[in-house]
This record gives sequence, structure tokens and C-alpha cells, in this order.
Amino acid sequence: MNEQSVNLTAAAATGSTVDPSVVVAARELHTWFELRRWGLFRVGNVRAVDGVSFELRRGEAAAFVGESGCGKSSLARTLLGLYRPTSGQVVFEGREMGGLDRGQRRDYRARVGYVQQDPYGALAPFMDVRRILREPLIVNRVGDRGERETRIRAALEEVGLSPPTDFLEKFPHMLSGGQQQRVVIARALILQPSLLIADEPVSMLDASVRVEILNLLRDIRRSRKLTLAFVTHDLSTVRHFAERIFVMYAGRMAEVAPVEALLARPRHPYTEALLAALPDPDPENAGRLRELPAGEPPSLLDPPSGCRFHPRCPHRIAGLCETREPPDFEVAPGHVAACWLNQE
Amino acid sequence: MIVKPERKPLLRVEGLRLHYRGERGIVRAVDDVGFEVARNQALVVLGESGCGKSSLVRALFRVLPRNVETCTGKVWFDGDDVMAWREEEFRRRIRGVRMALVMQAAMNALNPVVRVGEQVAEPLRLHLGWGRERARERAAEVFRLVGIPADFLRRYPFELSGGMRQRAVLAMALVTEPDLVVLDEPTSALDVLTQANIMNLLKRIKAKTKTSFILITHDIATSSEVADRVALMYAGQIVELNSADKFFRQPSHPYAKALLASVPRLRDGVRPESIPGRPPNLIEEVAGCRFAARCPVRFEMCGRMPEMSAVAGDGQVRCWLYDA
Repeated sequence: MNEQSVNLTAAAATGSTVDPSVVVAARELHTWFELRRWGLFRVGNVRAVDGVSFELRRGEAAAFVGESGCGKSSLARTLLGLYRPTSGQVVFEGREMGGLDRGQRRDYRARVGYVQQDPYGALAPFMDVRRILREPLIVNRVGDRGERETRIRAALEEVGLSPPTDFLEKFPHMLSGGQQQRVVIARALILQPSLLIADEPVSMLDASVRVEILNLLRDIRRSRKLTLAFVTHDLSTVRHFAERIFVMYAGRMAEVAPVEALLARPRHPYTEALLAALPDPDPENAGRLRELPAGEPPSLLDPPSGCRFHPRCPHRIAGLCETREPPDFEVAPGHVAACWLNQE
Repeated sequence: MIVKPERKPLLRVEGLRLHYRGERGIVRAVDDVGFEVARNQALVVLGESGCGKSSLVRALFRVLPRNVETCTGKVWFDGDDVMAWREEEFRRRIRGVRMALVMQAAMNALNPVVRVGEQVAEPLRLHLGWGRERARERAAEVFRLVGIPADFLRRYPFELSGGMRQRAVLAMALVTEPDLVVLDEPTSALDVLTQANIMNLLKRIKAKTKTSFILITHDIATSSEVADRVALMYAGQIVELNSADKFFRQPSHPYAKALLASVPRLRDGVRPESIPGRPPNLIEEVAGCRFAARCPVRFEMCGRMPEMSAVAGDGQVRCWLYDA
């Protein structure tokens, strides 16, 4: 790759240096889905993840934000090993995922926890909480009967379902939304993963419960030194619960920065637009229209040339943005934006 | 005998109750709810899931499921006591004509095999008996109002993006020039930018027309985008009814305070706080204030149900702290 690989990708591209503080790294990751008409003729590829590189460090909380269809969930599922990347690598704790055999892949999944968006949909309705939490232990042949029970109880305590006896025999429908999500988190944690991937973990929950679940995830991350990658469209929760933000647009990273830096001074017009669109509860809102970019996110089947945001961008530079894809400009340490406006 | 109120708000609801028969007992989904909506005003009905806000819509529009136990109360629309009307008359004169509803996830309920233009024109043809040509012209007009290019009239729903489909169902509600449009969770399935676009659109429509709006939502931040007044519901009741200004700046009810404090804010470093506990089951009879179990400032009085009391401005709060 040409200019693409400067900052973000430079370290990752060399590949040989294994930094022990890096839990997971993506290197020029592409996840494409082949689209066929009537299941027969190839129409093209949906480029859900299209050249993404980053590293997540131990204990870090990273948020992947963007609108639906920007590829954030496909990225999460590729990291989980549920999708095979079309090209590029996922390196987890120094090992490249593509080279793993079946058994190793299972071990890999045990090291990566997954918290789904819809807790009720993620829990088998015919299993009680004990069985839900026992399943991963059995699949991964952890301990004997007694040890499993101890671990199940400890996991419930850890997610705040206490005393565990009150919950072990409950079925998902008997629990509130918040409690269901706690069970999902307990299940994700029970194999002691080093990386937790949460896809919109609170978007189905009520406002008053959201904060509770986000606080829980933060506490667990801190106490376990867990790396948390959470995918969301809600920037306002990100401010309080993540350290780094990855803004995705049309399958690529538009901007990556520490939370405060990104909110204080976004360096990509798309990030600016997202921030401008988000209301806080404020009666003044009713009196003014928001300034928003025109149009809608592009088709991932045939993304725009040059910068993918250029058709909607209020600041596009004629002759440049529509022809040349912007490289990652490092505008400050750890703050990278793929936008030509940052060119010196 | 209840005397017709003197000043006539567009909509006036009084003592509305909607109870369902459930498997385990009576569900008091809406319990003694009252409010008013003036012309060209937007009232936001705010509440968490299960607080009865969607049942309130059902009661207003008289679209009730079979297991209704009680549905009582008064609804005056433009001075008429419409609850007393027969279904036939209500359907002909009010529902879908002067009072339109955009149901939750309506954008996903468009008929996939009928062109959007025809679907948008349908209320005119059904309710008002307009001819095809005249209805189509009016549909094109509403499309302009909601910002959809006119050639989209001939498209099918699958050819429209989520934002466009949401605009189309809004157009369908607006096509009869209703006095009141009720929107149930109009933006909850949409992306941030699309959401903001729809809110911009509502603001424009509100400025351009004399339409009143009731917006039913759980999204506190988004609700502040159009609200003139806010009715906060908790466990089937309105616990605070206030001007948006007062509600968002200085909420009175302890639940309102806690709920606003639970919203993560983008432009503010204050950490959001969760509300411990959860709402009561609507089946159980709660003797006193329904929020008492979670309330940080409860006292002896809270064992009895408080009435709505007036607070500064023209607000009302269901809390003993404000009992005059």
C-alpha cells in the first residue's frame, strides 16, 4: 500500500516486533462479502471492512463508532473469528489468527469474550442461568463439576447478580433486561478472556439501566486488566466509558484519537458531523436546526473514489478529495485523521 | 356531569385509565393520566419501557387490544368529547383525519408491493373519498414538505433508505392536514445523522404548519429537540408535566431529576448516575407513590398516593414534596 501505511500501520506492517502490551492488532484488514444475484452471478463485493489497521493495548477501552453499515459490527465479528478476513491479519497476543487450526481457534475464542446487543436474543430461552454459564466451561473442558459450579457462582457475583442462588435457576424471560445483560457479560467472562468485544451492549436497555451496565463493564475491565472493544453508534456514552475512539466510515477508519482530543478538536469532517448531530438534553435545542451533511452513507458495493466522505463533505477540496484517498495524518501523538485538510 | 372546559386546547385528556386483563392479574398500563396540547405545540411523552406510554397512544386513538379491562376517562378534541363518540364517527372524523398516528417502526410496516406514493395518498382516498388524481397531487405536495424528491412517489419501499421511509410515513400522517400528529418512537431505529435530520424536519414542519405534535419516546436527549412541554411517565402515571425549559433545566420530581442525571452528555464531563432498583410491576397494587421504593428523598407521606400539585411556572408534579 502507498501512503496508507504511514502512521497507524507502520508498526503493524513490519509484523515482526511483538509488543507484549498489545493484545490484539489488525493489519490491513479487509472483510468483504460476495454478493450474488439469484445466488448465482457475482455482482460484486460488499466491502464491509476495507483496509483497517490498529492495535489495542492491555486494559484499554476502545470504542468503535459510526453509523449502521459503516462496518463496525463486521469488524467486531472479524476480530471474534466469526468472519474470516478476505485479506489482512488479526494478530491476537502475538499470534496470527489465520494460521490457527481448529483447536487453536477454539482456544482463541475462549480468550475473547463477546457481549451481544440484544441480551434476550443472545440467551437460549430454554436454558436456566446455570446452564447458560456452564456451557462454555463444558465446551472448553474446564474443571470438574464442583469447580464449574464455583466458577459459575463467582461469575454471577462479579456481574452483580448476588446472591447467585437467587439467579442460578432462573430462565432468561424471568430476568429484567439489565439482569439479562449481566448474564451475557458473565458468560463472556467465565473463560477469563483477555479481550472483551461488546457490540452495542446497552442500546436495547433503558436509560437508567444503561449507566449501570457501562459502570459494570468499566469496573470489570479495571479489575481484570481486560481490553474492552465496544462498538456503538452513541458517542455520548463513549465520552464516559472509553479511552480511545475509532470513528469508522464506509469500511475505513476516518479518525482515531483519545476521547478528550477527539471531542475537543475533531480533525475529520465526518467526526464533526457526528458530534454536531448529537443532542444533549437541552431546551435550547428546540429553537435551532442542526447543520448536517447532505446525503447518506455510500454503498459499500461501490464506495466513492478518493475520500469516501467526499460526496457529503462540506469542506472538500476540489480536484483532490474525489481522486486521491487521504492517508492517515497524525495530527497529534495518538491522534490520526484520514482527511486531506490535515495536510501541511 | 362534566362541564366543557372554557378555553379550548386542541387536545385535553382527563383521568384516562387503560387497564388490561393479564394472565396474572390486572395490568394498570395507564392510570389516571391527564394533559393538554395546545395548537402548534409539541408535547413529549417521556418514559422508560413499560411505563405505559404506548398504551396511552392506544387509548387516545382507540385502537385497543381484546384484553382491555377498563378504558375510561375523558378526551376532548377541539372541544368535542370524542371518547363518548361511537367508533364509526370517531373513525370518520378524527382518527387518521384530524389526528394522525405514526406508529413505532411504521417505516418497516409499509406495504412492500405498493408504490410509496399510493400509500401516502391512501388516507385521502379512504377517509376523504378523494379521486386518484387529486390525491396524487396532494401526496406530491407532502413529499416536498418532508423533503423527498417527487419522483420517489413511484418507488417501492425497498428502494428507499431508512431515513426516507421514515419521511414517507410522516408524509402519510401529514397528508390529510391533521391538527395533531402523534409519533411513537419516531427515531429510535435510526442512525445519529438520520435521527438529527428527522428532528430538523419536524422542527421545520412545526414552524411551517399549525400542526400540534405528541412525541412518545424514551430518548431524553432527542426529545429536547422539539419539546415545548414534557410529560414524564412512570409506572402508568404522569409524574411531572412541565414546560420543556423548566423540565430540562430544573426538573422537580425526584424521578425526573434522577432520569436526567442518568443521561450521558457529550458536552459535559459530569458522570452519569444510574437509578438503583427498577420500576414496579404494573400488576401489583402499589399503595403509595410508585417511585417511592427507588426515591432518594422518600418520607412517611410517600406511603400514600400523591395527587398532581402545581409547581412554579405552569407545571404539575405528582410528589408529596410539592404538595401545597
